[in-house]
Amino acid sequence: MSTLPRAESSPLLEVRDLAVRFRLERPGGLLRRGHDELRAVDGVNLVVRRGETLGLVGESGCGKSTTGRAVLQLLKPSAGTVVFDGQPIHDWWVRKGRRWVWDARLRELRRRMQMIFQDPFASLNPRMTVEAILTEPLRNFGLTGGGDRRRRVQELMATVGMDPRFIRRYPHEFSGGQRQRIGIARALALGPDLIVADEPISALDVSIQAQILNLLARLREELGLTMIFIAHDLAAVRHISDRIAVMYLGRIVEEADAREIVAAPRHPYTQALISAVPVPDPVQEATRQRTVLSGEVPSPVNPPSGCPFHSRCPLREDRCTRDVPVLREIAPGHRVACHLVD
Amino acid sequence: MSDTTTEPSPTGDAAEAVLTIRDLRTFFQTDGHVVKAVDGVSFSVRRGETLGVVGESGSGKSVACLSALRLVPSPPAFHPSGEIRFQGRDLLRLPEQEIEALRGNRLAMIFQDPMTSLNPYLRVARQLTEVLEVHRGATPAAARQEAIAMLERVGIPDAGRRIDQYPHQFSGGMRQRVMIAMALLCQPEVLLADEPTTALDVTVQAQILELIAELQASLGTAVVLVTHDLGVVAGTADRVVVMYAGRIVEEGPTGELFADPQHPYTRGLLASMPRIDTPPTGHLEAIAGLPPDLGHLPTGCAFHPRCPLASDRCRREEPPVVAVSAEHRAACFEAEAGG
Ligand SMILES: Nc1ncnc2c1ncn2[C@@H]1O[C@H](COP(=O)(O)OP(=O)(O)O)[C@@H](O)[C@H]1O
Ligand SMILES: Nc1ncnc2c1ncn2[C@@H]1O[C@H](COP(=O)(O)OP(=O)(O)O)[C@@H](O)[C@H]1O
Ligand SMILES: [Mg+2]
Ligand SMILES: [Mg+2]
Repeated sequence: MSTLPRAESSPLLEVRDLAVRFRLERPGGLLRRGHDELRAVDGVNLVVRRGETLGLVGESGCGKSTTGRAVLQLLKPSAGTVVFDGQPIHDWWVRKGRRWVWDARLRELRRRMQMIFQDPFASLNPRMTVEAILTEPLRNFGLTGGGDRRRRVQELMATVGMDPRFIRRYPHEFSGGQRQRIGIARALALGPDLIVADEPISALDVSIQAQILNLLARLREELGLTMIFIAHDLAAVRHISDRIAVMYLGRIVEEADAREIVAAPRHPYTQALISAVPVPDPVQEATRQRTVLSGEVPSPVNPPSGCPFHSRCPLREDRCTRDVPVLREIAPGHRVACHLVD
Repeated sequence: MSDTTTEPSPTGDAAEAVLTIRDLRTFFQTDGHVVKAVDGVSFSVRRGETLGVVGESGSGKSVACLSALRLVPSPPAFHPSGEIRFQGRDLLRLPEQEIEALRGNRLAMIFQDPMTSLNPYLRVARQLTEVLEVHRGATPAAARQEAIAMLERVGIPDAGRRIDQYPHQFSGGMRQRVMIAMALLCQPEVLLADEPTTALDVTVQAQILELIAELQASLGTAVVLVTHDLGVVAGTADRVVVMYAGRIVEEGPTGELFADPQHPYTRGLLASMPRIDTPPTGHLEAIAGLPPDLGHLPTGCAFHPRCPLASDRCRREEPPVVAVSAEHRAACFEAEAGG
């Protein structure tokens, strides 16, 4: 599905041992003062090649959004490296008083890396017209003046399937699907190479989800975009992605070609996840073997020892509670972090 | 009324409907417009059966359920018209205190957001036992025992301790279970479940749906399951009702409706869904356009502006309800009559 033959295209993004830890202040009196540490992302490794779409799936709270934000340097990683187009962008931060801010290189790089959000309404300024929303990034980067800008905005609207006559309208005058189109147009305004789409269809109705998925697929072809598509809906992720990485409790537990991971999942969590996805076919549903997981996802403040999934794993052995399984290649392009897979 | 210890009855023609809704209409008055949220909806559900109600947001699914329990605030709603038969009575014409005695007792409802039915300021114990003490006259000690047993049954570990906690001390999935426990404590004849798993992750959804099915099988409850997910319907429902713009556009036994969908909207919904059981297609046959504004419905068939088969007649006339087979009906000029 990508523009370039996959084997030949070089990595646009390489993420190594990425970690994001949040400090949680402990409420309570003097004696209990202190803080807890929440490991939102706990050693993630990813490679995304040019023109490729990587799907990131997993249940809520497993660290998908935080990974996406840390990759784009929208928050500073606690550890690990993020190499974009050969450059170590995780280093492009400077201290300003007590805070870390982007340096000039990272500010400039914004043009090439953009994010699309789940809730287009929350991410669009309600007091700005579509024109103002789409002009802002162009102005910030000093791109195109006056008349050219309007032409560029109309072009962007047409690209995402919106009627350019609506240029003076405000976000609230649009439906959810149309607002998501505005969010996509804004992300495309500066001609980025990499898009991180974080649950871009989760808030939309089924028929509108299909429209937006089709739009993203078309844009990717036409513009040669590289994309990280984040969602909890495995069917949608499989539909749009070349490869899929499955996250659990801040880690990637399995990664493979999109078709292969659904057809032949190897990690017990991936297997349970896939078996839980409902299929719109009553005949199949009646005969499907479903692995219903017991218990709940552990807290990332107190992650379990050993394998993060061991507390719910139907196949758990002793060593799973002791040793952390590493993500290793079991077949070309297929990586799994499980002691029981060989 | 009925003996809940016997086996659930089969869903064949002989089985009698527990709840029957006939020609329900619930309109709202907003900004000088009449919003026809539910416009002539009829369906019934039998003992031990699951009826799936599907449709996109705004199609009237929630208002239909809320109307059945007389929970729609009026104003802005007009008093619903039609008939809702339950235990030989018409709920729309019952005095308020009688419908109150049925709600949460013989007829229960669960919601997408459990905090719609749970009180954040009361311990779970108090909320669960109250149902039993008020509706069934149980003693406090017996009620507590029964409540703990039900919490265990819905899969809450350490129920004897957790019953004394507040709702916010439970995770989303566990709160959903508490709400289900509360709804089922009185062994209702009918459970109206309005998107009970929409906010949950798929693995938790699988747990909750399995739980509802188990309890339903042992108690013989009739379940109306509202969802926008055709996958959920395929796995749980015996029969399906598809709603669009406040009306039922198609209904039928689940197997038949999925194997031979007749309404272009039903077909469109099915084609819109990416699915993991078939090879990816690259392109989805999305339904064009947007659902209509219920305050300004198009003439003729409400679906015609989005319909690939729309003809002049569809723009002018409301489509008839065509019987495809004994239990399968579609409101479309193009549907094939048969059966
Ligand atoms: N700003 C933050 N402060 C503290 N905890 C956070 C913050 N952002 C996310 N988290 C926590 O990090 C974990 C991962 O969150 P997130 O990346 O949003 O997961 P996902 O997108 O997979 O649902 C969760 O436990 C979440 O509560
Ligand atoms: N309290 C209300 N006042 C005015 N309109 C309402 C009210 N509740 C629902 N509606 C309208 O009724 C229609 C159907 O809503 P609903 O039953 O909630 O849809 P669904 O559950 O299928 O998403 C919608 O157009 C909604 O705006
Ligand atoms: Mg997220
Ligand atoms: Mg609803």
